[in-house]
Amino acid sequence: MTNSFKKILLGDQGLVVIFVLAFALVSIFVPNFLTERNMLGLLQSVVTVGIVACTMMFCLAARDFDLSVGSIVAFAGMVAVMASNATGSITIGILAAILCGATVGLINGVVIAKFRINALITTLATMQIVRGLALISSDGRAVGINDPNFYQLALSKLFGVPTPIWVLLVLFVVFGFVLNRTVFGKNTLAIGGNPEASRLAGVNVDRTRIWIFTLQGAVCAIAGILLASRITSGQPNAAVGLELSVISACVLGGVSLAGGRAAIAGVIVGVMIMGIAENVMNLLNIPAFYQYIVRGVILLLAVLLDNLRSNALGRR
Amino acid sequence: MSFLEFSHISKSYPGVQALSDVSFGVAKGAVHGLMGENGAGKSTLIRILSGDQHSDTGEINIDGQVQKYASTRDAFHAGVIVIHQELQLVPELTVAENLRLGRFPANAGVIQARQMFAEVGEKLKSAGIDIDPRRKVKTLSIGERQMVEIAKAIMLDARVIALDEPTSSLSSRESEILFALIERLRAEGKVILYISHRLDEVFRLCDSLTVLRDGKLAAHHPSLKDVTREQVVAEMVGREISNVWGWRPRELGKVRLKVEDMSGEKLPVPASFEAHAGEILGFFGLIGAGRSELMRLVYGADARRGGSMTIDGERAEIADPRQAIRAGVVLCSEDRKHDGIVQGRSLEENINISSRRHHSRFGILDLRKEVEIAETFIKKLKVRTPSRKQDIVNLSGGNQQKVILGRWLSEQGVRVLIIDEPTRGIDVGAKSEIYEILYRLAEDGMAIVVVSSELPEVMGICDRILVMCGGRISAHIDREQFSERAILAAALPDKKTPDAIAS
Repeated sequence: MTNSFKKILLGDQGLVVIFVLAFALVSIFVPNFLTERNMLGLLQSVVTVGIVACTMMFCLAARDFDLSVGSIVAFAGMVAVMASNATGSITIGILAAILCGATVGLINGVVIAKFRINALITTLATMQIVRGLALISSDGRAVGINDPNFYQLALSKLFGVPTPIWVLLVLFVVFGFVLNRTVFGKNTLAIGGNPEASRLAGVNVDRTRIWIFTLQGAVCAIAGILLASRITSGQPNAAVGLELSVISACVLGGVSLAGGRAAIAGVIVGVMIMGIAENVMNLLNIPAFYQYIVRGVILLLAVLLDNLRSNALGRR
Repeated sequence: MSFLEFSHISKSYPGVQALSDVSFGVAKGAVHGLMGENGAGKSTLIRILSGDQHSDTGEINIDGQVQKYASTRDAFHAGVIVIHQELQLVPELTVAENLRLGRFPANAGVIQARQMFAEVGEKLKSAGIDIDPRRKVKTLSIGERQMVEIAKAIMLDARVIALDEPTSSLSSRESEILFALIERLRAEGKVILYISHRLDEVFRLCDSLTVLRDGKLAAHHPSLKDVTREQVVAEMVGREISNVWGWRPRELGKVRLKVEDMSGEKLPVPASFEAHAGEILGFFGLIGAGRSELMRLVYGADARRGGSMTIDGERAEIADPRQAIRAGVVLCSEDRKHDGIVQGRSLEENINISSRRHHSRFGILDLRKEVEIAETFIKKLKVRTPSRKQDIVNLSGGNQQKVILGRWLSEQGVRVLIIDEPTRGIDVGAKSEIYEILYRLAEDGMAIVVVSSELPEVMGICDRILVMCGGRISAHIDREQFSERAILAAALPDKKTPDAIAS
């Protein structure tokens, strides 16, 4: 009995099982959880983490790490708002933000892949630099949005579902496809599995890593634009600590920190578990301070689970 | 009974009998040589002596007492110190700190530095080692570090000291200092096990000698008085080559691969060679002779200093493995775990990792084609696996090697296959299957370069052998002239060239 339970828990579908169980329990015991309004609110709340997790999954799968995502989200949001205000064109604002995000990612990638600087250190540095840029650009203040159409990015709905949720879903599908069905995705997993063997097998390791970080930057920018629209301004202090939530979600979703193992389904479940935990705590009026503890505990459990799973895999 | 006595030691690993029924003894105050080809079982024996591995049967006696080690720590406390080729010192600490690591003279947790330096300095002096105990280990030369390792053994009052290829990275001057130290230890009545490939050194230093071959005791000489070098070489190889190799004559074509003056950081002396279409060219040498280094340069895996190559007469610019693959040159690395397989991924992915560039469109995989290729090569190369989805880590060494071969055979237009230690860690049955694959590829006109440390293997399957020694190609032998003695003589670094190796 315990053995088969263990097998399910540590197997490929273990997370999905945990998720379904948790979802069912919460639906029964927490009032107002399983309502259309709360469900949409829940999805809205995980949009930022979910979008960034798409590319963080690639980062981790290639044995890399990116701490600068939160800063890029804030910076890109500022750029989007300020460029839109300056030019009067939301499109230009969006493009400028994505360009800025991708540039930061490119710099991360080049430093890490070409100069062989540890990813943790590199992105720790850019995390602070980019946050600094965001603060400097507005003198530390929030920047209001001039064109009300900008709000529509977050407010508009399609079939009753807000646009950001659609964006999230589309990105899940796109990056799921990229991971499993493209040379880029397979190379990412191979690099994480064994970088030297991949290089000797003809994989362009440096270029793949640079692309991963560049994509990460661009995707963070998308998250930043949607976030700015939702909070109706460019906030230089937005998304502080986002990197930790995103990495937690990925690890919870079975992405191995040792690289080589990742699945989009796991990441979706990881994001949702984090989101549900927060949502439920809000519904139950648990003070925000306690939520930190719960998030930390969830992360710890996730890493322990990852460890158990790797051991189980190793023994097989 | 001798002071150090090995009796009936046997040890097997999956698929390999590393040692079978090895017994010999060494007297107190003797330097005892231990010789044998790569894979003869020397290192396994030393591992058992150091408590790192346990013998399946048999026992070790020291001074009449049976030694039962649970770990290397126990061996340590029993006075057995093994000094490996890779030294185990902390570079950032001083000599004295390294020597007293784990046993610092301390008062309430504060290290009594002055006392420690004085004590260690005293000990070093009395052992005749002229090294300042205050120097950091990272500032020492390799030879000096080796001295520190030996000093460690002396300070621990070791009774048995085993030295594994101690001079492999020493200059001749440093070797002389080491020899003087060994003489001194002998005079103090220690037992010294001296493992080396170098006949000169063994004959100069050792009082007695044991030769291992294929995990068995090939010869034991209590005295070296009437023993000749030729005799020892014969005892080391002494194997008859049967026809398990399945070699058959082949038509050789034109020169496929021509390498000229290839050199790199780890291979300072430029090397040149040619391989013909349909030829299986062997590279033999001892570990560290520069064979793998040369192949990695050819494949573009390491940065080159100089050299050029042509393939089928056309100049090939190969700066990295990707260009090599595109030019039709592929490499199966010696260290499959580190350089070959992608752990955690399936057979299918490991096979397709390179060749998918031919069938994927705009970066999107052709899944049907991937499955087809995987299935084809699993069948063709007789890979034994429950499914193509199996994680490659779960396969045996032989099957992993076949998957790596499948990776390259699924590439298009491979003209040169370099295979480094093709059957290392592979059981006998899979070995002949891999040889058969190589013959078939050669018959199809591929040029195959086989690097191996196993003399019978290169002699068994190759059409021609190049011998490397100390980073140079030292001999060039055609199949008609194959002889164990000639090949081994060219591979053993007897002529004094350690300075070249140390640099």
